[in-house]
Amino acid sequence: MLELQGLTKIYNTGDKALSDVTLSIPSGQVVALIGPSGAGKSTLIRCINRLVQPTSGSATIDGVNITALGAGGLRKARRKMGMIFQEYALVERLTVMENVLSGRLGYVGFFRSLFRKFPQSDVDAAYRLLDRVGLLEMADKRADALSGGQRQRVGICRALIQDPSLLLVDEPTASLDPKTSRQIMRLIVELCSERGLAAIINIHDVALAQMYVQRVVGLKLGEVVFDGGPNDLTPAVLTDIYGEEDWEATIEKVDDEDEDT
Amino acid sequence: MPTHEKNGLKVWQVRETKAQLIRWGAWLIGLAIFIFAWKEISDNTLWFMMDNVGEVVADIAGRATPPAWSFILELGGPIWDTLAIATLGTFFSLIMAVPVAFLAARNTTPSRVFVRPIALLIIVSTRSVNSLIWALLLVSIVGPGVLAGLIAISIRSIGFCAKLLYEAIEEINVVQVEAIKATGASRMQVMVYGIVPQIMPAFAGIAVFRWDINIRESTVLGLVGAGGIGLALQSSLNVLAWPKVSLILLVILVAVVIGEWVSAKVRGAII
Amino acid sequence: MSAALEAKLGRAWKKPPFIANPVFRWLLIGGSIAYFVVALGGIDVSWDRIVKGMAYGKRFIFAFGEIFGAFYDYISDLFPDLFGNTSGRDPNDSRWIEIWTEKEIIKGLYESIVMTIASTVVGIAISIPIALGAASNIAPMPVYLFCRSIIALSRALNEIIVAIILVAILGFGPLAGFITLSFATIGFLAKLLAEDIENMNKQQAEAVKSTGASWGQWINFGVQPQVMPRLIGLSMYRLDINFRESAVLGLVGAGGIGATLNTAFDRYEFDTVAAILLTIIVIVMILEYLSGVIRGKVQ
Repeated sequence: MLELQGLTKIYNTGDKALSDVTLSIPSGQVVALIGPSGAGKSTLIRCINRLVQPTSGSATIDGVNITALGAGGLRKARRKMGMIFQEYALVERLTVMENVLSGRLGYVGFFRSLFRKFPQSDVDAAYRLLDRVGLLEMADKRADALSGGQRQRVGICRALIQDPSLLLVDEPTASLDPKTSRQIMRLIVELCSERGLAAIINIHDVALAQMYVQRVVGLKLGEVVFDGGPNDLTPAVLTDIYGEEDWEATIEKVDDEDEDT
Repeated sequence: MPTHEKNGLKVWQVRETKAQLIRWGAWLIGLAIFIFAWKEISDNTLWFMMDNVGEVVADIAGRATPPAWSFILELGGPIWDTLAIATLGTFFSLIMAVPVAFLAARNTTPSRVFVRPIALLIIVSTRSVNSLIWALLLVSIVGPGVLAGLIAISIRSIGFCAKLLYEAIEEINVVQVEAIKATGASRMQVMVYGIVPQIMPAFAGIAVFRWDINIRESTVLGLVGAGGIGLALQSSLNVLAWPKVSLILLVILVAVVIGEWVSAKVRGAII
Repeated sequence: MSAALEAKLGRAWKKPPFIANPVFRWLLIGGSIAYFVVALGGIDVSWDRIVKGMAYGKRFIFAFGEIFGAFYDYISDLFPDLFGNTSGRDPNDSRWIEIWTEKEIIKGLYESIVMTIASTVVGIAISIPIALGAASNIAPMPVYLFCRSIIALSRALNEIIVAIILVAILGFGPLAGFITLSFATIGFLAKLLAEDIENMNKQQAEAVKSTGASWGQWINFGVQPQVMPRLIGLSMYRLDINFRESAVLGLVGAGGIGATLNTAFDRYEFDTVAAILLTIIVIVMILEYLSGVIRGKVQ
């Protein structure tokens, strides 16, 4: 259960990225966050795990107020939030296995991690996850030898091995081709329902979002301007979020694409 | 568009007249400084000595050839010392340069106000003082010999390596670091998993590059008594043993060329 | 559960080693350690001498601290407003100036600066044609080889060694230092500039050629604008290096502040040494700052 209360972020430059965002996401719910570039989507999810420090407001996850935590408490809280990135954000010169195991860093001590001596249970969990996303054979390859879709799968494994209760997903498909985008989205949504995870997915592809999620939140200039089911996204709503454009085509496209999947 | 009038017609020119004048002025000042500098050098030179430069060159060349080939057996020790100074010096300087680089890089320094300036000061002061000067200082402290050369090379290289390394640290991909942070990793773990792998190629490149430079520098350290083949050069020069001098210069040349070749190969393999 | 997964579960995982071949890997590690031990063990350490030398080291550090204080006082007298200094002392009476004039630091420094400027200008002027000749996409083969060998020779010869030879031929004085630095500048600047020319954008250069421009016009309009920012940046950097090198050429009699420095070391006059080193560091810092500003402007 994630609870955002009046979350606000003003950057040092004076830009107001988020203003007074209040949102409640029950466990197991997958939410798509849509909005134009600069609407504050990335800032919002980075404020939740405090990669960006919110200016005011609070984020509470399972009763723990993350915004009030000190360094040690924050690290503990971050373990419960898996994050998936737009450019995969794998450490490219490490192997696939090391990248996946880096998701356990919050649980193991410094010297164990330095010498790559992870507990056997972590190693087994990593193998299971890699097998689940179909990359078991790649375990000892270096991350920069993988294709975009494969890298994103490794990124997903890294987030899931944390054993999180919430997934923060930042534009997972922006660097992928349309087919791979769908596969990755489907994988994320499937894994969420398998494990009962809540997820916030930043996404700019409205059609793709509509296909997979149960709830859509529209962000504009740092404020929530829409909150509803995927089918409530009407041209009028999209115009409100993104500005004037012929939206019928976008929405229709969803139906067309649905047929061939 | 900048133009000027000529015979009642507008003529295009690259820059506005004022900008043009400033440019010419700058060139003129630069030229004046150069001429002045050259005159100073010229005034401090005994030009009449130059009349027989050709003869001097021919004389020295005549004395220096053929090189004293048999002397090469005695150069094994000095060459070993030179190589040891360069290799061990690079190794020790890297050990010291790594923490300095992390303290100096904007994204890893614990404090930009207090720690970073100190790290930058270490970098600039070790870098701007030539290794021969460091050697002079160390010869007076630890006495003449290889040790002075080794410490001189180690200190001199800190600034160079730390500067290149901290620039590499500042250029890393921050999203990869963010991703490690987001897993709940501690500060040190973020360093080991997020930063170190990214700067490894730069680090290896810097190490071989500096090793190559250190071979060049350690060949002359002996001139001030800090060990290596320069010591043999100095003693041969003192007694004007030109055939030995020419042999030593040849050996140094070969060592430097081999060093550069090895370093280029290794860097090529890394990148 | 797939068979491949089952085979892996419960098995320890180890990061694949950097060098796959174990024999080669252990030879490399063992060889490195052996070399390290032998080389380090072969260094003579005379502890008596070091204990004695520590006194010198202490004197040097104290002298450096004292001179740094004198330098700070001088600067704060020079710019009283900046430092909130209300003593009203005349900066020319300060200890810093006293050391400078007494030990003839100014004279040596002046010679170093003069050598630096003259050799950088001449070095750049000679480097440009050599760089054009050493760029494989511009120069014909014989010219290319000739220019490349000049560069290789200049890079292979250490400045100090060139200076020793030139002092033997030309006698003591700044002329030897000037020629040494000019020659060293060629190896540095011409090589990097030639690489830059080789990496330039072909289309831009070809576009100029296709207008029917002559060779000179082609270089002027097609090549020069592309490499100019780098040339300016490299020249500033070389000015900095030449100054640092000019400080040691005096050790072998080729002019500049090195001679003063050498004498000071011989006489264990650590305050003079400290003053010279501090001056060099400050000038290098100023040069680095200036080159940063200029490079920022041209790029």
